[in-house]
Amino acid sequence: MIMKKFIVSPAPHIHSDQSTQSLMIDVIIALVPTLAVSIYAFGFSAIQLVLIGVATCALTEYLIEKFIMHSEITIKDCSAIVTGLLLALNMPPSSPWWLILIGSFMAIAVGKMTYGGIGQNIFNPAIFGRVFLLVSFPVYMTDWSIPQAWLNAGKIDAVTGPTPLSMVRDGLAAGQTVPQIFAANNFNQLDKLFINIGGSVGEISAIALVLGFIYLLIRRVIKPTIPLTILITIFVFTGIFWLIDPLHHTSPIFNIFTGGVLIGAIFMATDYVTSPMTFRGQVIYGVGIGVITVLIRLFGSYPEGVSFAILIMNGIVPLLNKYIKPARYAKGA
Amino acid sequence: MARTFKIGGIHPQDNKLTANAPVEVFPILPTVYISMAQSLGAPATPVVAKGDKVKVGQVIGEPSGFISGFVHASVSGIVRDVCPMADLAGNPVMHVVIDVEGDEWMPEIDRSKTVVRAITASKDEIIDRIKKAGVVGLGGAGFPTWIKLSPPPGKKAEFLILNGSECEPYVTADDRSMREQPEEIFIGGEIMLKALGIEKGFIGIEENKPQAIALMKEKAEHYSHFKVVVLHTKYPEGGEKQIINAITGRRVPTLGLPIDTGCVVQNVGTAIAVYDAVQKNKPIVESTITVTGKCIAQQRNFVMRVGTSFAQILDAIGGLPVTAAKFISGGPMMGKAVSNIDASVLKGTSAFLLLTEEETKRQPEDSCIRCGKCVEVCPMGLEPYLLNTLSRMGGQEAELEKNDIQDCIECGCCLYTCPAHIQLLDVIRVNKAAVLRIIKGRAAKK
Amino acid sequence: MNILVVTILSLTLMGLVLAVVLYLVAQKFKVVEDPRIDDVEALMPGANCGGCGHAGCRDFAETVVKAPSIGKEFCPVGGNAVMSKVAAYLGQALEEKKPQVAVVRCNGDYDNRERTNYWDGYSSCKVMFALYSGDTGCKYGCAGLGDCEDACKFDAIHINKITGLPEVDEEKCTSCGACVKACPKGIIELRDKGIKNRRVCVLCRNTDKGGLTRQFCKIGCIGCGKCAKVCPFDAITVENNLAYIDFTKCKLCHKCVDECPTHAIQAFNFPPKVPVEVTVDDALPLKND
Repeated sequence: MIMKKFIVSPAPHIHSDQSTQSLMIDVIIALVPTLAVSIYAFGFSAIQLVLIGVATCALTEYLIEKFIMHSEITIKDCSAIVTGLLLALNMPPSSPWWLILIGSFMAIAVGKMTYGGIGQNIFNPAIFGRVFLLVSFPVYMTDWSIPQAWLNAGKIDAVTGPTPLSMVRDGLAAGQTVPQIFAANNFNQLDKLFINIGGSVGEISAIALVLGFIYLLIRRVIKPTIPLTILITIFVFTGIFWLIDPLHHTSPIFNIFTGGVLIGAIFMATDYVTSPMTFRGQVIYGVGIGVITVLIRLFGSYPEGVSFAILIMNGIVPLLNKYIKPARYAKGA
Repeated sequence: MARTFKIGGIHPQDNKLTANAPVEVFPILPTVYISMAQSLGAPATPVVAKGDKVKVGQVIGEPSGFISGFVHASVSGIVRDVCPMADLAGNPVMHVVIDVEGDEWMPEIDRSKTVVRAITASKDEIIDRIKKAGVVGLGGAGFPTWIKLSPPPGKKAEFLILNGSECEPYVTADDRSMREQPEEIFIGGEIMLKALGIEKGFIGIEENKPQAIALMKEKAEHYSHFKVVVLHTKYPEGGEKQIINAITGRRVPTLGLPIDTGCVVQNVGTAIAVYDAVQKNKPIVESTITVTGKCIAQQRNFVMRVGTSFAQILDAIGGLPVTAAKFISGGPMMGKAVSNIDASVLKGTSAFLLLTEEETKRQPEDSCIRCGKCVEVCPMGLEPYLLNTLSRMGGQEAELEKNDIQDCIECGCCLYTCPAHIQLLDVIRVNKAAVLRIIKGRAAKK
Repeated sequence: MNILVVTILSLTLMGLVLAVVLYLVAQKFKVVEDPRIDDVEALMPGANCGGCGHAGCRDFAETVVKAPSIGKEFCPVGGNAVMSKVAAYLGQALEEKKPQVAVVRCNGDYDNRERTNYWDGYSSCKVMFALYSGDTGCKYGCAGLGDCEDACKFDAIHINKITGLPEVDEEKCTSCGACVKACPKGIIELRDKGIKNRRVCVLCRNTDKGGLTRQFCKIGCIGCGKCAKVCPFDAITVENNLAYIDFTKCKLCHKCVDECPTHAIQAFNFPPKVPVEVTVDDALPLKND
């Protein structure tokens, strides 16, 4: 007679190999191409931003969990690291070290832990941190100068890289047409796909971001629903305006590859906790982000709208989760 | 063009380690323990007593209610005892214990291997033979087949679907049946068509069984009523609700049955049992079982007599491997974990799976990260995270019903997928039962 | 200046008008309720535990005020203290009830009742027993996963990690009955607290034949009947291989405890015996403190 104490549980008896930690690590890996290009372009500034961002986020989460919440320490699930990384990639390249420190602290302490920790926050912590900094320190957050030391190393030969968006906005306000603005600034659209030094650390290379997107899709971390709906919405919406008046509006391609659209659509809007749980909800969410972004760009006073758009839609997500139910098998045709 | 169901599903590793192992006849062991609970519903009433001499195929248990089935001796010998014994879950069930003597069969049973193609029995004779042979659904649920083939008045069958998906990882019993007894499946299918009075049948087979697909397609040329439909390899493709949707596009309504969509779904193993019952007068006395798991030295497919005890089977394959931590009757997604190794093989047993601790031990639960993967994979379009939260709150039965917990098919896709290792299905299952009791109570009052 | 005056006047006027409107509306939609309900509700403990069988303390108060007499209604949490106040307020006589306490009728801890498999499912007794007979050979015994602990609103029952069994804190237990309902095997029973808080109880629910019981648990009831024979007050019945002590008849004489060969019967809160040569088998774990 075989005497053995078996493990007994209800079915199922196997589990997929994904865990919260493995998913977060996959996101970090997906950001490596972007990180690599940023370090190549901005050198020590980029490294400093990432290190301070990540360390502050992790430390804040640890301290709050240990001394205020007295709950389990969860930094090993790497979600704080992802927040720090994304926030760092959203900063201007030569922002002071203390700026990202404050931003990271706020992102985790207020943007995540006040709600109860992972899974409970309504707003994307990285977006929250970025918007907080944008509103509190507008001058620092819109200073797009390239770090001087790197300049002398010969990597980059411009002193300032205004974002293409602010360049166009300023030009339009001055009465120029879009083609005139591009010519005056030696702006080559295709160039910007590879290295766009005008902008934050993470907007630097569209190709690097798209590589990350493909990696996330292959590893089944995200579905393409949210990024595609955002991009298609922005494309169509700006396309309509561009078709009506091409001289005073930028093309849909321009709109997709500038500003935080790609990094926002691929990495920020797809944050699990703050995005809808159902397919239909995600489509509405993506369209909402696209529409608000374009509205802010065309009619708002900020040149860049993605962060605010995501923040606003985050607030609507609980409503989407409550009232938008997935397609039920038993209630279909 | 492979067809599939529209909503949800997962892709666990196939692990069809025994796909190419032909079915071997398992030796008859000195004692068998035949359970009276071989089908859904009430256990059969034993009709033999201690000391009786029985032959293979002799009736030893009669149905005790409407949903109950005949049970037959799977060996010949002397009845040692008729007593309650623990089933695989440790609960007492009446068993008939037989000490084996020889292998003498009831004279009316045709044991030859020749394929009998002509179907001479009438519709009523067919139903009667299937009933008397104790044929139950061999796909896992064990519902008496003769009832499924007799739709109640007001319900009309349009299609017969023979389910050869075998979507559970590891299990290859149906695959081998299709490769070794394809004609018997078709003839069994024809018999069922005749019983239902219809002429259209489908056989659904998953893409990961190319040889079975090829062979069945070849044989289908002689059985024009049947069409082989290739299905996408996805779990739970073989769930009856999902296979109906994949092949016909129709959907079973909430709390409904397949017959509500005009479909009757039967496992290919059941088709062979129907063939045996009607063409060979042979009741179910054996079961095709895949004995598998990465920790076993040699994974094999066997056909063994009903009532062979699990412990005996393990002995015969070289003992329990040291690394085996969980013993499952069935597949890894919906099979039952065995706590009592002295339990025995039932008609509907399809596999023994031995998993190591590394493969099966659950990780502790983390906080839900609201990733939505459970919603993505649920084949019934439910929201497992919500059903789990409401269930754990307690007292939320009304809200659970509004969120359609009664539609849950307990497939396990949600628990399998959850990155936070939340034990979704464990909690949902128990609360679904509570909600169903409330619904039934409400219906009974009307 | 003008603006200030206008502001003050307009706001004051608005305030007055709205106050009048609110007053009229409150009068029109007023729900006339028996004022005694509020008073009785104030007497209740306010736990809203449902132990009385009603939906909270206010519902109990309503029922008791509207009914012609208190009758069988009883608040287990407030006990006789509260009920006598309610009865006095309503001008009725009170039928005092004996205070009760929850008793966990299983003593099969990890030492006495070996685990035969490892439970890896969700940590709930309800889930375990919905699936199979449990992680020991006795399918009537306590699973130790804490459904009772989760159900208790008074922090009065906790699973002891060392024994794997629940322990009742007699000070905190209000005999509301939540744990009794939560236990899927009906192991917990509300029994009279007893004189000096002492009681005697058979801590077993196993109805299998003695030999089978003994195979899986050293301290289970084998249904031998010795306790019933020795009880001078006819308080013990043995049915289906299991003894049961009727607490209304038990006089705490303790004879059955000494007689029981498997020590399935336990005495609660009795003074410790005079120390004798004690072997592990003879020691009676006393549940005091």
